[in-house]
Amino acid sequence: MNAFSFIPLLLALVLSPLMLGVINRTKAFFAGRHGQPLLQTYFDLFKLLQKGVIYSRTTTWIFRAGPMIGLAAILTAALLMPLGKCPALLAFPADFLLFAGLLGLMRFFTVVAALDTGSSFEGMGASREVFFSALTEPALFIALATLVRETGRLSLSTMFGQASNAHWLHSGPVLGLVVLALVIVLLAENSRIPVDDPNTHLELTMIHEVMVLDHSGPDFAFILYTSALKLWLLGALALGVALPFSSGNPWLNLAMALGGMFGLAVAIGVIESVMARLRLRVVPQLLIGAGAVATVALILTLK
Amino acid sequence: MMTDLILVLVVLTNLKLLGSSRLGSSIRVVAAQGVMLGLLPILVHVHELSLHFAALAAGTVALKGVVFPWLLFRALREAEVTREVEPYVGYITSILIGLAALATSFWLGGRLPVSTGEPASLLVPSALFSIFVGLFLIVARKRAVNQVLGFLVMENGIYTFGVGVVAELPFLVELGVLLDAFVAVFVMGIAIYHINREFDHIEVNRLDQLKG
Repeated sequence: MNAFSFIPLLLALVLSPLMLGVINRTKAFFAGRHGQPLLQTYFDLFKLLQKGVIYSRTTTWIFRAGPMIGLAAILTAALLMPLGKCPALLAFPADFLLFAGLLGLMRFFTVVAALDTGSSFEGMGASREVFFSALTEPALFIALATLVRETGRLSLSTMFGQASNAHWLHSGPVLGLVVLALVIVLLAENSRIPVDDPNTHLELTMIHEVMVLDHSGPDFAFILYTSALKLWLLGALALGVALPFSSGNPWLNLAMALGGMFGLAVAIGVIESVMARLRLRVVPQLLIGAGAVATVALILTLK
Repeated sequence: MMTDLILVLVVLTNLKLLGSSRLGSSIRVVAAQGVMLGLLPILVHVHELSLHFAALAAGTVALKGVVFPWLLFRALREAEVTREVEPYVGYITSILIGLAALATSFWLGGRLPVSTGEPASLLVPSALFSIFVGLFLIVARKRAVNQVLGFLVMENGIYTFGVGVVAELPFLVELGVLLDAFVAVFVMGIAIYHINREFDHIEVNRLDQLKG
């Protein structure tokens, strides 16, 4: 472990709210608006942290613990995720299982905290969240299994370190399919547009947003920061597969990875601008489709 | 590399057909698949490119990419049917069955003692998969248009098989197969129109008794 491996973690901690800003600015550009400042998410976080918290009398300690456990889980997950060629702080065989498990833990506590409010409305959101994530998780795991088969490495850092442009030349279709599946997982897990609209407050369509309605103040800041980090980490996962090119110079690699991350943010903004949200009934088909795409990739590597 | 890409795209279009709920988009997907497969012989035999392959590719692309979709869209328009596919087997179940079939095709493709060239390792599995998906679409969908599409996908599978396995299929035989497919689609297009005129619908599950 050297000082260099702190960099992905630090960048994730500092820059993840900026990614939301880039997405929003891209959407504003497409809508012909000026849009909010790039740093708006930081302002929001700062504002929320200074506010007080209100807890409903029907809630228990679970409701208070939810945002904190979620943040703790995602921070632990951030230790495991490399950024491009720059290895993560922690790497051990099968660490991607822990990564997926931590995302699951975070989701579980968001869901349980939502159920703890006793509001049927939040229960509905929780039910949708669980249903959709039950469909995205197979896609995520199959995509990761494909990467393991393809690179022959068992940890995220070595996997991305091993991947190179030779993989794109040799088995381009496999990597293309994995990237496609991971991007759909990214959009679904972060409740971006084809699955859920992060801006809407139309009750009947919300998934993630509806579960966190009762959180306020610093608790809500935690949730906001957690979802920004989640977007960053899943983005880094998709990016590590999409851009496995190494220039030899670690700083140059890092700059390329950062450029890729913000390119990804712009791409998400473009997707959100040109697509309509899918009907709720069709969302499972999209997610199963992502799983199918990942399975095709896995079958291609097994042959 | 390019062959692999096309074959993977063919596999994906097959999965899309299994999950697609609209007749119009299904027709377009089958057309796209036909165009991609039309380009396949040129890519497989890139070193020995001759007039034979060029003519075959041009004919296939024109027929499968332009004429068939046109005929099917015309049948769809004249029959004035709703645009839903109306499956017996649901879309998600269909995709899952398709994935199982894909795995089986790869397993079977690895065991079949056919001699394919080095770049064609995907040819046999994807051909088997197309044949299966075609059969499945014929069996598991109610609309007569889907039966034509299933037949076309099956034909695409056999065509893929031919491209990979037989290096030098006689030109006349290939033309004959194309002509057969053309006649079949043409006849089915007319049949759909007449079925619709007689029965006011084109659902094959209600065609089990004759109208007196």
